Amino acid sequence: MSLKIKQDHARFRDIVRGRIKSNLKKYVQKGEMVGKKGKDFITIPIPTIDIPHFRFGERSQGGVGQGDGEPGDPLSPGDGQAGSGQAGQGEGQHILEVDVPLDELADILGEELALPRIEPRGKDRIIATRLKYTGVAPSGPESLRHFKRTYKQALRRQIASGSYNWRRPVIVPVREDRRYRTWKQVPLPETNAVVIYMMDVSGSMGDEQKEIVRIESFWIDTWLRKHYKGLESRYIIHDAVAREVDRDTFFHTRESGGTMISSAYKLALEMIETEYAPTSWNVYPFHFSDGDNWSADDTRLCVELLQKRILPAVNLFCYGQVESPYGSGQFIKDLKETVGPRENVALSEIADKDAIYASIKTFLGTGK
Amino acid sequence: MDKHTQLPSHLHDIRNRVEGYARAYGLDFFDTVFEVLGFDEINMVAAYGGFPNRYPHWRFGMDYERLSKGYEYGLSKIYEMVINNDPSYAYLLESNMDVDQKLVMAHVFGHVDFFKNNFMFRHTNRKMMDQMANHATRVRRYQDKLGVELVEDFIDRCLSIENLIDYQSPYVKRRPDRPDVEGEGAERQVAQGFKNEREYMREYINPREFMQEQQRKLDEEAARKKKFPERAERDVLLFLLEHAPLERWEHDVLSIIREEAYYFAPQGQTKIMNEGWATYWHSKIMTEKALDASEVIDYADHHSGTLATHPGQLNPYKLGVELWRDIEDRWNKGRFGKEYDECDSFVARKHWDKQLGVGREKIFEVRKHYNDVTFIDEFLSLEFCIQQRLFTFGYNEKHQRWEIMEREFRKVKEKLLHMLTNFGQPLIAVEDGNWENRGELYLVHKHDGVDLKLDYARDTLRHVQSLWRRPVNLHTKVEGRGTIFRFDGKEHSDRRADL
Repeated sequence: MSLKIKQDHARFRDIVRGRIKSNLKKYVQKGEMVGKKGKDFITIPIPTIDIPHFRFGERSQGGVGQGDGEPGDPLSPGDGQAGSGQAGQGEGQHILEVDVPLDELADILGEELALPRIEPRGKDRIIATRLKYTGVAPSGPESLRHFKRTYKQALRRQIASGSYNWRRPVIVPVREDRRYRTWKQVPLPETNAVVIYMMDVSGSMGDEQKEIVRIESFWIDTWLRKHYKGLESRYIIHDAVAREVDRDTFFHTRESGGTMISSAYKLALEMIETEYAPTSWNVYPFHFSDGDNWSADDTRLCVELLQKRILPAVNLFCYGQVESPYGSGQFIKDLKETVGPRENVALSEIADKDAIYASIKTFLGTGK
Repeated sequence: MDKHTQLPSHLHDIRNRVEGYARAYGLDFFDTVFEVLGFDEINMVAAYGGFPNRYPHWRFGMDYERLSKGYEYGLSKIYEMVINNDPSYAYLLESNMDVDQKLVMAHVFGHVDFFKNNFMFRHTNRKMMDQMANHATRVRRYQDKLGVELVEDFIDRCLSIENLIDYQSPYVKRRPDRPDVEGEGAERQVAQGFKNEREYMREYINPREFMQEQQRKLDEEAARKKKFPERAERDVLLFLLEHAPLERWEHDVLSIIREEAYYFAPQGQTKIMNEGWATYWHSKIMTEKALDASEVIDYADHHSGTLATHPGQLNPYKLGVELWRDIEDRWNKGRFGKEYDECDSFVARKHWDKQLGVGREKIFEVRKHYNDVTFIDEFLSLEFCIQQRLFTFGYNEKHQRWEIMEREFRKVKEKLLHMLTNFGQPLIAVEDGNWENRGELYLVHKHDGVDLKLDYARDTLRHVQSLWRRPVNLHTKVEGRGTIFRFDGKEHSDRRADL
């Protein structure tokens, strides 16, 4: 019975990976599962293939709901779309909503995007190990004897040999019944990491662009936090000059004026050199912009800073170019030609919200 | 062999007790076979829509992945599944606590009672388990002969239009037994020829050959005018089966898809009633009979989880059970009929109680003769709407978000009915199978205020065309303007066309 679904499942995975059925490729979508983190709803990517039907446009249809609120009040994200009436055919499916812990979210993300484990730099120096109980075995030290499993085993033996008497349910384990916990040594990076987020806040970085950066940085934080015991995040915004801000300001500032990307790089470098010595810190600078720099000269300066001073000091430098209707998008081309081939550089163009997951994979898929 | 012995003995005892309670309350159900499955198996069975022996298709693998992941990540869990069949099959999740199994069994007997008695299920095949296995065999045979890819591609296209069936047709007979193909009889027009008062001149003024020629033209004209199909055909799948140039295996596969679509349709059309009914009975059986004191907390936890509501979603369990209780209460107190309806004293209505005590009788009658549309239409009252705090929501383009729109009773009810009518699907029918006398298919979307999702409509049209083989057209409205979408096998086009 289970073999059968394996075939259909394998076929579905093949289609998603584009190996067969190119005609379905365009219907492969980033479906979502909704989990909850505190008050926020977190969507977990899960691929679906939508066979087209004649159906209503969701937005023009709307629906009926139940609960508090006045006309004009927003529904929380994650609600809405679902609607009702077409609840499907599988009877009796109770959907539960649960809180998902952060590191589980990271696991889910890792699995969905097939992200590799990060290998911190200077592994020999900073790895620690930890014991983790992983199973049960028939031998081991007495202090780790698993009482329940031992008695279960004894019961099983007694029933099998016909010596169990339900009127007098006495179970006596013998030597072979004993079961012990076993463990594994799990390498645990004991070390710290810092993410330095830099963002261009010129006028072209609108709300939608910032939302993209916000979602992406949430996942980056979550993923890195899974791999490092301590994670610090620092935020730099820049137009023609750069300054450090708190997280909130980072995502809400909107300015305009010229753009000198080098200003941000200089500030980040200063931070790294004074506070995060590469010998004891894993450093992750992320820079988001729409790709419009003030001048070719400044771009040259950026490349020079990267090549000579930043890249040797960091695990991974990531540049995400968020598409905006105004930017020329030149910067990523310049980076591609100069630092692009370096192995600790990841460049990604993010066209819209749907492109976030692919971009995360570009950034974190390097395992650096 | 007693097939119930597959259950572990303690569950077997629970089952017999719960069944006894259910029968004592007057529930009337098919023999029900319970099976205990692990979560992986239950996810698999659920992916196949409840039928472990269904035909192979990647879509079931997709549903399986969604269900498995949802379970692994702790986002969703299937407690139970019931298959409308005689005997009915119900699957229990192995890892459930006994109190859950008890609750689920009570819930299941509610469903099976509904399947057996509700009029919407009168025409469904109660041997669907066997039929599905039979379908699977046929599809496999074609795949062996023609290749997996080819057959699967064809199934993809059929699935794209599986919702184009006539959800009412099992209950209404509207096609004549045999269409009058020749168009003979009283209506046939007879050629008149030139006007002629002198009988002896007839052969000269209207020679026989000329008259025959005239008659032939008239008949041709009539045939052209005669519509094909005569009336708009809402069962598009049937129309294609009867008239599209399909190969024999294609014909067979399409008929399988159609048959399964009709099998599942009544479940979709009675979702609110059916889930509400099962919930009503599990809570009654549990709280009045089956529950042990030690199980109360777990029961309450699970039960409230089932009935939880979220602002942007309508929980059919919750809406359903509340409506059933409301009906029972109203008929117990005599809150219905002319006198009650015409009473406009708020106070009098509030304290209205004629102590009729016919509530139980009433709900049993309602579960027989209604579906979701008529159920909501008849029993969703103003008081209920306020008490349950129902509202409509929609997308506010300006704020780029979903918002609560209205709390007004009429609007809520209207929206709800709209969502339930035709299964929440657009009404699309074959208007002409020989459009403009060129053998083109002409579909009409009966537009009722909500536009189609256009990119999907175009792609679906492409799939219809691949079955019909000639160009296909769809008339609908886009932002208030009549539009005909056309796919001719090579490219899409559209043009304005107000009817």
